[in-house]
Amino acid sequence: MPLSYLAKRLGMFLLVVWLAGTVNFFLPRLGNGDPVRQKLLQQAALGGNVQSGMDDMIAEYDRKFGLDQPLWDQYVNYVGDMLRFDFNYSIANYPAQVIDIIGDALPWTLGLLLTTTIISWLLGGLLGAFMGWPRAPKFLQFLMPPLLSLNAIPFFLLGLVLIYVFAFVLRWFPLSGGFTIGTFPEYSWSFAWNVVHHSILPAMAIILVSIGGWALTMRSMMVTTNGEDYVTYADAKGLKDRTIFVHYSIRNVLLPQTTALALVLGQLITGTVLVEVIFSYPGIGTTLYNGIRGSDFYLVQGIVFFLILSIALATLILDLIYPLLDPRITYQKA
Amino acid sequence: MSVAVQEGTAVKQRRRGAFAERATTIARYLGRNRSLLVGLAFLLILFLFVVIGRMIVDTSEANPLSVGSLDPPSRDLPFGSDKQGRNLFAVLVVGTPLTFRLGLIAGAIGLTVGAVVGFIAGYYGGIVDDILKVIVDVGLTIPGLLILIIIAMNTQAGLTVNQMTFSIAVLAWLYPARIVRSQVLTLKQRGYVQIARLSGMSGRKVIVRELLPNLFPYLVAALVASVSAAVLAAIGLEMLGLGPFEAPTLGMTLYWVNYNAAIINGWWWWWAPPIFIIAILFTGLFLTAVGLDELANPRLRNRV
Repeated sequence: MPLSYLAKRLGMFLLVVWLAGTVNFFLPRLGNGDPVRQKLLQQAALGGNVQSGMDDMIAEYDRKFGLDQPLWDQYVNYVGDMLRFDFNYSIANYPAQVIDIIGDALPWTLGLLLTTTIISWLLGGLLGAFMGWPRAPKFLQFLMPPLLSLNAIPFFLLGLVLIYVFAFVLRWFPLSGGFTIGTFPEYSWSFAWNVVHHSILPAMAIILVSIGGWALTMRSMMVTTNGEDYVTYADAKGLKDRTIFVHYSIRNVLLPQTTALALVLGQLITGTVLVEVIFSYPGIGTTLYNGIRGSDFYLVQGIVFFLILSIALATLILDLIYPLLDPRITYQKA
Repeated sequence: MSVAVQEGTAVKQRRRGAFAERATTIARYLGRNRSLLVGLAFLLILFLFVVIGRMIVDTSEANPLSVGSLDPPSRDLPFGSDKQGRNLFAVLVVGTPLTFRLGLIAGAIGLTVGAVVGFIAGYYGGIVDDILKVIVDVGLTIPGLLILIIIAMNTQAGLTVNQMTFSIAVLAWLYPARIVRSQVLTLKQRGYVQIARLSGMSGRKVIVRELLPNLFPYLVAALVASVSAAVLAAIGLEMLGLGPFEAPTLGMTLYWVNYNAAIINGWWWWWAPPIFIIAILFTGLFLTAVGLDELANPRLRNRV
């Protein structure tokens, strides 16, 4: 069981990554889009010159980007490139490499995603745990309907409202961006505060929406667990409330909550991408948006592959943590 | 179990032919199932908004340059107009059903395909089940929006509403397939299904006569969830600038809001109504799904 568990998860990870790469490769080639020609036509329309010699230029770029080779060779090359994280050059920002652009944007997204996910998972879980606890204060029950209604809407929708209320009307927070334009990223307290100040609204949009979902699942599982015989028995033999709450109820509910985290990971990431777009937050989402607007084919392709890889990796990590939480599944020291 | 009981009482009443009595039963049930009541009420509000709106506004004004640019709400233009001169009232009246229709078609296709796959995989098991399970697991790890981005990037003229609907439908079957499969796996162990199988009923008959009716409430709840997911995917795609540029869907309206920075320019009438309608739509669908879940599985009662 343990080794096969490991092998299964690893196989799943590889399968997802391979499939993502393959889909990423073949889907674009099903259509008859010619990104190089499109880009050049766009440039020509803007500049009004370089009309002559267009076909030569396309041929030259096709050679440079390897678009003139047979499909199978392109595929083999592509998979090789993916494995080396070589996502090719950005078409709109040639000669910048796609992976470098992703690298610049990644810390922003990672920071936003990690903090908001951890905060909402912990806070929502705790809230739900108390709501499912018979001896918890009653006012908590009234928090549920508003939190649940919030949970139904997309992150960015709340984000738009937050921008209006807290950035436009009250002016407590900046309207957009990751730091004030004109300042330069440096290691100083004032810059760190600047960054945090800019990230509060996007973070709130994500946390306020997702907290209700975590609270709901946690609560319903708490209610189920508290109905179990062993909890009644623990209560009857006179254990302290706190001991039962922490060691009996929460301990058992931790497992499905972790599984749930792995299940919604993809939604969290795409949701964050859209939040970044409306806040012009300098992360992967905004980069993707700019890539789409500039029809920067390789950039979009690279980001999509990178995001899928991250999701697969995070799922794998959660799957490997899971046996640590659940003593019934154990690793074999292999 | 109690699903069967409810169906039993419904049949008895139909025999008596007392329509009013059935109506009161439903009303009484809705009184107990608040989520379903509120959810359906939200959807009804949107429906009425669209129906009444269509009667009093010229829907051709949802196109650009039909009214003045950036007019605040007034007697003539109750929701004002946007930068390109669309009457925003007309935009919402046209866009709301457009977005909902997209979700409904994509969700229905997704559910139908997903249910068929789920029934086959769950009921017959074996190698088919193994293969389908891997496909579904892999597919669900990859967010649909990312695949849709790649699809949309490669249609030169941008997607039309119908192309978008179809693209979303192609990915929408995975989740229903998973939940139907797991439900079939548990139902298969029930006594009445076992007896039907032992008495020589063909697999297709068992699925249609025994499994399908028992899973019906689940399927309806799953349909509502699929519709919601499809609308979410569509709006996400549209926000990223990959939507149908000529169509006044709710998502495209928000795209123009974002594109023209309507919020920080103080054009509140442009963004507030579509946000409100989308919020009502999602909350309505969510509460309906929760309510239907409760109908399908009465043990969840009083969860929300």
